[in-house]
Amino acid sequence: MIRAKQMILGVVATVAAAGAAASRAPGLATHAASAQAGAPATSVASGDAPAAPHLLSQTGLYGSDGSIGPRNLPFAPQYPLWSDGAAKSRWIQLPEGTAIDVSNIDVWRFPVGTKFWKEFAWGGRKVETRMIWKAGGRAWVFATYVWNEDQSDAAHAPEAGIMNVAEIAPGKRHSIPGTGDCLACHGGSPAVVLGFTALQLSDDRDPLAPHADPLAPGMATLRSLAEAGRLDPPREDLVSRPPRIRANDPVERAAIGYLSANCGGCHNGAGPLAHVGLDLLHDAAGGRGAPEHALRTAVGARGRYIVPGTSPDSSRIVAPGAPERSAIVQRMRSRRPSSQMPPLGTVIVDDEAVELVSRWVAGMRAPAADGGVTAQGMP
Amino acid sequence: MDKRSILTLVAAGLVSLTAAVLVARAIPTSAAEAFEAAPETSQPLSDASEAVAQNAAEPASQPAKALSPAAERGAYLVKIMGCNDCHTPWKMGPQGPEPDMSRMLSGHPQDLQIAAGPKQEGSWAWSASVTNTAFAGPWGVSFTMNLTPDPETGLGKWTADTFLQAIRTGRHEGRGRPILPPMPYPMYRNATDDDLHAVFAYLQTLPPIKNRVPQPIDLPEAQ
Repeated sequence: MIRAKQMILGVVATVAAAGAAASRAPGLATHAASAQAGAPATSVASGDAPAAPHLLSQTGLYGSDGSIGPRNLPFAPQYPLWSDGAAKSRWIQLPEGTAIDVSNIDVWRFPVGTKFWKEFAWGGRKVETRMIWKAGGRAWVFATYVWNEDQSDAAHAPEAGIMNVAEIAPGKRHSIPGTGDCLACHGGSPAVVLGFTALQLSDDRDPLAPHADPLAPGMATLRSLAEAGRLDPPREDLVSRPPRIRANDPVERAAIGYLSANCGGCHNGAGPLAHVGLDLLHDAAGGRGAPEHALRTAVGARGRYIVPGTSPDSSRIVAPGAPERSAIVQRMRSRRPSSQMPPLGTVIVDDEAVELVSRWVAGMRAPAADGGVTAQGMP
Repeated sequence: MDKRSILTLVAAGLVSLTAAVLVARAIPTSAAEAFEAAPETSQPLSDASEAVAQNAAEPASQPAKALSPAAERGAYLVKIMGCNDCHTPWKMGPQGPEPDMSRMLSGHPQDLQIAAGPKQEGSWAWSASVTNTAFAGPWGVSFTMNLTPDPETGLGKWTADTFLQAIRTGRHEGRGRPILPPMPYPMYRNATDDDLHAVFAYLQTLPPIKNRVPQPIDLPEAQ
């Protein structure tokens, strides 16, 4: 149950540009990431970013009649993030007459004023709607809104989030993320926005992608954005040769796509965890020719996490032919706090994805000799 | 009460900065035999907090070198925040348990292997290893991190921002698994950016020690 007193609190989580070095007061909820490629999230004092509105109805998502505003385009990423089975709806609002700078195919730069919303519902009831707002040249505002009992509006959630607001399965409750949780993923990737990318909006959709919403009329895709003049430069190649994961077979394609969307926000080669050496983020530019990073950095690789019941000699991030020795599979399957992956935002195992990734791993040919990294599955 | 609430409560409520000292004081003579270097197990335990203070002030293995002003403040903060209480393995010294400053802030020793914690019974909720670097409780078993700048097993590849975000969020590297009790990050997260950066600056001046701390042990899925 959502209590009113939990809902009147609100602290904006801002992501602003790195640069200021002043000390900030204890507990102040300002954080920073950068939209610049390769720049990791950092923390700064920032008085420049505006506050998010207190109510979702004040953010521009809805028109005066309560329906979704006509300027807000729905979209459905082909590889959605697993959110414990939530029904999710997403919209983008681009300022009038603007276009997205897609000169770097993997790190899109959005015009100032761009807003994204994602609504989460379980059992037909809306629970929260998250908003990402590019409020200034390099300042991003993150906010999440918690729906009230009569589903008439949603109020800005507190900085720390709210534990256990809604039961989503027997004995399982959904928690509203705190500021740090937002940044854990969105501050870990140079793109900041994770679900609105060339791969996610490709018109060459992956039929095996788990939990993907079908494209509905009016949804934004690469083709529709290009036709509307919303991509700058126009990048005709994104329409004629839409991004697609190159893989040996359909299962591998879907597995790599799933891992890119669900793990690549942190596990990539450009963010703060680059030193870990595990890169699961699909690289649309590199993907046109080079092997997938996931194959290069995960398959056969020794990780720091040792799968329980195995030895450091046999445990691998992905052990070809052996899901039971593969940390990725076993951590996807866990919901114990120190083992589970992703480490936040989910309390229920994604059984469909575990099955998909297990099938991918089981189908790989085991290397002749146990040892170093052996990328499998690429021609 | 859910799992995360328990972790937060334990971290915030049960553990104080002096917990390690209290634990050490409470070790009975028989338990002291477990200390690797115990010279006389019948020797009465002395004031462990003095041992911390003396040793932390002058780590034997650390060469004297000029610290930046930030690192100097960091050294002071590390001393008063009790970091050595848990991140430096303890041993039995001539006056009782004391942090082994030859392994200063290198975390739970990799050669002290622990498969599972003891069962907690009655009024007891958690317990600590003889080194005061491993802790068993409702969260499973946690091991203190290697805070030295060794690139492979310590903080050598961390940035100041990673360190700051870890303390602020209570998550490993600021975005991973929860940092487990008894690490008192719920208190430390209230420190200023300057203080946390100072602590990190000082930690980066420590002699790097290669010590791969084991991953935490979760409770079984069924529990």
